[in-house]
Amino acid sequence: MSKKTITIALAGNPNSGKTTIFNNLTGARQHVGNYPGVTVERKEGRVIYKGYDIKVIDLPGTYSLTAYSPDEVVARNVIIEEKPDVVVNILDASNLERNLYLTTQLKELEVPLVLALNMMDIAEKNGINIQHNLLSQLLGVPMVTLIGTKNQGTMELLDMALESVQGRINMTPKTVKYRHEVEEELAILQGMLADSQVLNVQVAAGNDSSYAGNPTYPLRWLAVKLLEYDQEIVRKVNSWAGGEKILAVVDKSRDRIREMLHDDPELVVVDGRYGFIRGACREAVTFTGSDQITVTELIDKVLLNRALALPIFLGITWLLFQLTFTLGAPLMEWIEAGFTALGGWVANHMDEGLLKSLIVDGIIGGVGGVIVFLPNILLLFLGIAFLEATGYMARAAFVMDKLMHRVGLHGKSFVPMLIGFGCTVPAIMATRTLENPKDRLATILVTPLMSCGARLPVYTLLISAFFPAKVAGNVLFSIYIIGIILAMLMAKVFRTWLLRGESEPFVMELPIYRLPSLKNVLMHMWERAWLYLKKAGTIILAASILIWGLFTFPTADVNGNEYTSAALQMEQSYAGRMGKAIEPVLTPLGFDWKTGVALVAGFAAKEVVVSTLGTLYSIEDEEALAGEEDVAVKSFAQRAREQSGFTPFTAYILMLFTLIYIPCIATIAVIKRETNSWKWPLFTVGYTIALAWIVCFLVYQGGKIVGLA
Amino acid sequence: MKSLKNLMPGEKAKVARLVGNGAIKRRIIDMGIVPGVEVEMERYAPLGDPAEIKLRGNHLSLRKEEADGIILE
Repeated sequence: MSKKTITIALAGNPNSGKTTIFNNLTGARQHVGNYPGVTVERKEGRVIYKGYDIKVIDLPGTYSLTAYSPDEVVARNVIIEEKPDVVVNILDASNLERNLYLTTQLKELEVPLVLALNMMDIAEKNGINIQHNLLSQLLGVPMVTLIGTKNQGTMELLDMALESVQGRINMTPKTVKYRHEVEEELAILQGMLADSQVLNVQVAAGNDSSYAGNPTYPLRWLAVKLLEYDQEIVRKVNSWAGGEKILAVVDKSRDRIREMLHDDPELVVVDGRYGFIRGACREAVTFTGSDQITVTELIDKVLLNRALALPIFLGITWLLFQLTFTLGAPLMEWIEAGFTALGGWVANHMDEGLLKSLIVDGIIGGVGGVIVFLPNILLLFLGIAFLEATGYMARAAFVMDKLMHRVGLHGKSFVPMLIGFGCTVPAIMATRTLENPKDRLATILVTPLMSCGARLPVYTLLISAFFPAKVAGNVLFSIYIIGIILAMLMAKVFRTWLLRGESEPFVMELPIYRLPSLKNVLMHMWERAWLYLKKAGTIILAASILIWGLFTFPTADVNGNEYTSAALQMEQSYAGRMGKAIEPVLTPLGFDWKTGVALVAGFAAKEVVVSTLGTLYSIEDEEALAGEEDVAVKSFAQRAREQSGFTPFTAYILMLFTLIYIPCIATIAVIKRETNSWKWPLFTVGYTIALAWIVCFLVYQGGKIVGLA
Repeated sequence: MKSLKNLMPGEKAKVARLVGNGAIKRRIIDMGIVPGVEVEMERYAPLGDPAEIKLRGNHLSLRKEEADGIILE
């Protein structure tokens, strides 16, 4: 017997334990992707149960189903367009009234619904007593209870979902009844919409056969949404033949409600929903707990204490860094050694030539350069997943919001910017926690200005070559500070001119503290790391081959003679010619064409800047230079001082330029991925080059005036 | 006319009505801050903004500018 295929969609508030239940249901059989056109994550999993092949869709966590946030639009579109066989609404039992608000909206969508009352243990502990059978009847929706964190009730949930699919649930449906003034207007609108919608779907179907059988909205839902003046639905109806007429009637209805009830139609509708919820809860929920302080409140008395909150926050971020970069360092070395060994092995087993160079330098070198960051990324994501799952991340945003809001960002922008000190790639992926697209884009655009780990070797080598040891620390610190200041400045600039508009409200839940399960934290970590590997990896591979080509070709001069030295070869390569071509632009900054070549190379990865300069200045001990031996530093320092004509001042400008200009290829790739277009990665390249040039120009010319250069 | 912004930590009050419009008001509504509900001011963030409030037993944060649109009885 072949298995019947059905689809279950999981809906629920953020922090309702939805992801945990999704993991309980599907185990590791998950697929994470994006919804088309938006960066809202789409998670799917499969489970085989009682002869059914069940596809589980984890809808984005939402409090409501308005058109204000992409998450909510996606959630309701999946329900309307993909018509899941049953929608499971996960409810946080300890926070029932607000959670049921989403339920009332799901009910209006008229989909088969099953309620899963989660976190029963916490509710009990808080003295909340729920008669779930009675509540289920009052709401007119079947209900199961479960404790997701202990994997209790998962099978019962599946059983109930199957019963619903098989049509074996016998319940009296209950609708949210609004005030009679509202019901009258709804009746008017529904009558009008019935004919119009059928007509329009038929017209659309006539024009496009794929449209046949396409979504029709439940009429009552459509009418309610129009009364609420839901932007997406208004737009949709407006596109119908005769839509304008309908909207004129809607306007009149809204006016009448305003007149009769002296309130916004939106608020009146919300009031109706809460009235329905309150009615049900009054009967089925009793509260026996006193006003005793919960564990979460106790923890927050310390963690959010006015005097302690900032030091604790800084301490936790410091720990996160330590974990990531101290534990990650030896792992990175192993991977690096592994790739070097692999490159060496391939080199020994292949004939000299272009193909070998491509495989060893281009492919193994390029891909190795990406994989090498994996330990850092895994550890960082592990730490972040843990902090998120415990509930601390929301507090960190709470503590930082004032500072971030002042420059037009959001409290939550702080986390990605912090990660940016490690590696910009995961930092940009971490901006996903920002819901407002403009907040998110502004954060993405300025995060590359946070000086990442790959830029550090450039600074250390240049500083050791040109600055006395006693000021080295201060010089380095100043570069980081300039990065932070520029990031804040640019955020303000972008939010003032380019990305105008309201910031995401900070009306945010501070969830209760929880000790997360290792499995969930690990799964969350892996999900993100896999995206990094898969997507960034492919683009980086292509780009590394391109950069390799620019430095390798042409391999011989016009007479067919091979170049006598690596420096000469590099000078004559396409990259070398590019360096020379841009020299006029670099002269006002005090750079020559060799610096230009190094900067071209730095596009692949910033740490290459110094080694390229090394090759161009014919530093003999190339191998040692790549390592961090004292000898190498010394030889580089000597050579650089003798041959480059650099002064401490020009070296500092080169550091500034390296800090600001073009993030590496991996960053460009990830910005493309996260913004879903080439517009923003190209903009980032453009603005960072312009900013780097302007800053360096001002510093160099200013320095000339005061006699530094 | 007293708004949520004027509430001192530890003080409780009932929401009378909401002013303002658009996404912020909608968000406030969706998070359960509606007329009639009782809110308690818990604390302000170390830098003075945002604020943390308690309603129906759960904790929410919101900025002062957002709290200003929540008029209390």
